[in-house]
Amino acid sequence: MKVTEKSRAFYDVFERKGGPAKQATHYCPGCGHGNIHKMIAEALSDLGVAGRTVLVSPVGCSVFAYYYFDVGNYQAAHGRAPAVATGVKRANPEAIVISYQGDGDLAAIGTAETIHAANRGENISVFFVNNAIYGMTGGQMAPTTLIQQKTTTSPLGRMETVHGNPIRMCELLATLPAPSYIERVAIGEAKHTQKARKAIHKALRNQMEGRGYSFVEILAPCPTGWKMEPPDARAWMLTEMTKVFPLGVFKDEGDVREGQWHRQTAPFDPERVSQYLGASDRQDKAAGEAVKLAADLNCKFAGFGGQGILSLGLFLAQVGMRAGLQVSWIPSYGPEMRGGTANCQVNVSAKRIGTPIVERPNVLVVMNQPSLDAFAGSVVDGGLLIVDTSIVQKAVGHTKARLVKLPATEMADEVGSPRVANVVVLGALCAAVGAFPPALVEQTLREVIKKRNLVDMNLQAFHKGHAWVTEGRGA
Amino acid sequence: MDKTIPACEPYIEINVELCKGCKLCISICPKDVISISEKLNASSYHPAQYAGQGCTGCALCFYACPEPSAIRVVKP
Amino acid sequence: MAKKFMKGNDSIIVGALSAGCRAYYGYPITPASEIAHAAALHFPALGGTFIQAESEVAAINMCYGTAGMGIRVMTASSSPGVSLKQEGLSYAAGAELPLVIVNINRGGPGLGNIAPEQSDYFQATKGGGHGSYRLIVLAPNSAQEMCDLTMLAFDLADRYRNPAMVLADGFIGQMMEAVDVPQAKPVPYDHSSWCVRGDEATRRNVVSSIVLDPHHLEAHNLKLRDKYAACARDEVRCEEYRTEDADLIVVAYGIVSRIVYSTVDEARERGLKVGLLRPITLWPFPSARLAELAVGRAKAFLSVELNTGQMVEDVRLAVFGKRPVHFYGRCGGVVPGGDEIVAEYARLLKGGGHESH
Repeated sequence: MKVTEKSRAFYDVFERKGGPAKQATHYCPGCGHGNIHKMIAEALSDLGVAGRTVLVSPVGCSVFAYYYFDVGNYQAAHGRAPAVATGVKRANPEAIVISYQGDGDLAAIGTAETIHAANRGENISVFFVNNAIYGMTGGQMAPTTLIQQKTTTSPLGRMETVHGNPIRMCELLATLPAPSYIERVAIGEAKHTQKARKAIHKALRNQMEGRGYSFVEILAPCPTGWKMEPPDARAWMLTEMTKVFPLGVFKDEGDVREGQWHRQTAPFDPERVSQYLGASDRQDKAAGEAVKLAADLNCKFAGFGGQGILSLGLFLAQVGMRAGLQVSWIPSYGPEMRGGTANCQVNVSAKRIGTPIVERPNVLVVMNQPSLDAFAGSVVDGGLLIVDTSIVQKAVGHTKARLVKLPATEMADEVGSPRVANVVVLGALCAAVGAFPPALVEQTLREVIKKRNLVDMNLQAFHKGHAWVTEGRGA
Repeated sequence: MDKTIPACEPYIEINVELCKGCKLCISICPKDVISISEKLNASSYHPAQYAGQGCTGCALCFYACPEPSAIRVVKP
Repeated sequence: MAKKFMKGNDSIIVGALSAGCRAYYGYPITPASEIAHAAALHFPALGGTFIQAESEVAAINMCYGTAGMGIRVMTASSSPGVSLKQEGLSYAAGAELPLVIVNINRGGPGLGNIAPEQSDYFQATKGGGHGSYRLIVLAPNSAQEMCDLTMLAFDLADRYRNPAMVLADGFIGQMMEAVDVPQAKPVPYDHSSWCVRGDEATRRNVVSSIVLDPHHLEAHNLKLRDKYAACARDEVRCEEYRTEDADLIVVAYGIVSRIVYSTVDEARERGLKVGLLRPITLWPFPSARLAELAVGRAKAFLSVELNTGQMVEDVRLAVFGKRPVHFYGRCGGVVPGGDEIVAEYARLLKGGGHESH
């Protein structure tokens, strides 16, 4: 005996729907959604996957698809179902994920989500119900409304020159390389139903087999929106809609599919994460030796972009960190960054650092003339002013700062490259401040310079700058 | 439901309370054995009714019907 | 390993991964893109997911998808991008989904600029999207807190089944400091009762924000209200510095709180008895503590912000007319110097400043 009846992938009773007829749908008489729901439920049941299916309902008449399907259910914002489905599928690739959408949802407000989910080849099944009208909101023009079709927002009929043309989503998506399977079917006569059932089945099977994105557009009638009797609506759909939306397969690469469209993910493994990130147990001491500062360092380093100004700051901050001190570094930000100059601000302190912004530096390094002109006046009395005299040619005017001059760029060139002028300056700075043992700076440079072949040159540059000051040549 | 159907013939069962009277089953039935009832159901639709004989069990009406539970097709 | 020297923006991803976040969906925007760069590198390396979405809207809806599975997920953006995400945040709050969003607040309105502002305070704390909901909003002021408060955001999001936001400015994002990378621990929440994982155990669950019946929707809203009330009661976090004997309580968060912190001692040396109250949670706001201070020794309050006056409204509500509440703000990416803030203290404490806007 063969019984054709309600699929077991539907709930026995539609409790979420409520109301008196808890076994009937909320759809209007003759609506296509019910037929399509039945075909999807049948396929889920035949394939035995209802238990691991997640169905994403859209906004539109099928907003309540979750009333009916006995699967894991989501309700998404208007047009966002493919994005939500992406988030579901990527989180659990074993789930069978369906994005069920109408024409307004999929081809108007959600066009971007639709195209990009397809273009990523998301391993999901999209069922697109095209009834050429907005049903739930009251029969407005849809992106798929036919030319001359009257709707509540195209009362004189859709006109190409006013409203544009109906969008053919299958044809559009078929231009993309990633989708695996794209077909347009209809519900209507016996042969249409057979093809629609097969297409839905295939779209789901593709997903089970990891073949990537499948898209089935189903032409469906909206007798209420079209103001037609249900049998007339089916006839109109089959004669008129199919002229604009021809039925057929637009793409089918399911059997010759290559690539890893089944994207495996790993669950959270705290130990692996901790190891990867190099987590500390919060009991660790700083790696370097503790250093006592005579005073906090509030530094500003300024010059042209490309002189390694930002790196100079990073090096000093990391020396400070290894010395067990509090440090902060910020790059130039705001109006000062205009004019091709670069600057950064570094604080090194034994205490908690308040503002990272250095308004009145007690260490100022200038590596070009505009920086000297702009910032020399901001140094506190008795602060340290280091000038690269290779670049800054004019004499430094009157200053209450302690002035250290050195031809850093030329000195850098002597050890191999003008690009290490910043490290020459770092050497001079450390010597002038007198706080950081050269061994600690060396250790820092070895750890933070990524290009191993440049470490020796940088160490030489550091020592050259350091010696310049300790030998008293900077004054 | 009509209980007079011979046990060896295919038949359909229509749940009149779930039928919305859209007539799609009637228009698709190749044997013209479904019609609209004179009576109203609780939702004030005139539901479809089976003639009581002549069904071949083709199930076209099942797929034409938008409702999941309104039609059940039995083919012994 | 000891501390690591890193940018605030990178520190966010360290915190997220340590908290068990498994997916990041985002869209590039300055000055938040570095967060996406770090996510693109580190999430896949740890078997997680990174997608550069087609839009901010898609990104937050991908978060909705993953969050509904009971898996920790995040997105990050900057002001204009966060405006686009408001739809998704409202849906997530309605569906009671835990997720974390980071906003690196830039200059507005409109395209504005990429410099730091705090002008998204209203958007973050008052709703942003449609409907009666709240975001839990955390405001870090250091690279360490970018990590720690991101972790806390995941925890609070799970605890209250609600989106949580880390609201920072470009300064905190760009600044590099030493960060203690915490030990990752298992996520102590079981979401099986409501999430949809695509398995038999969660088959009967539904992730949805639609409640058609007015009475049911009212009940849902009242449930959310009670949840927010519990959160407001239990989760307020703030930090104080020398408020106990202050004449002027300065309220500031983010980068401004760092600047103000630096002014307190200096101002006191000049005879200006100020103290700092820094909200760490912007929502829930430390209203109760401010109300306490308003009937204490403090003579006045001053809210310093990178906008034209937003948080000051919450300070005024908390102080409730018991003391004058003043405002000092810079915007457009201009950050006040310590000197000008101290000058404002002097004007208010010595010059009898009127309530300014």
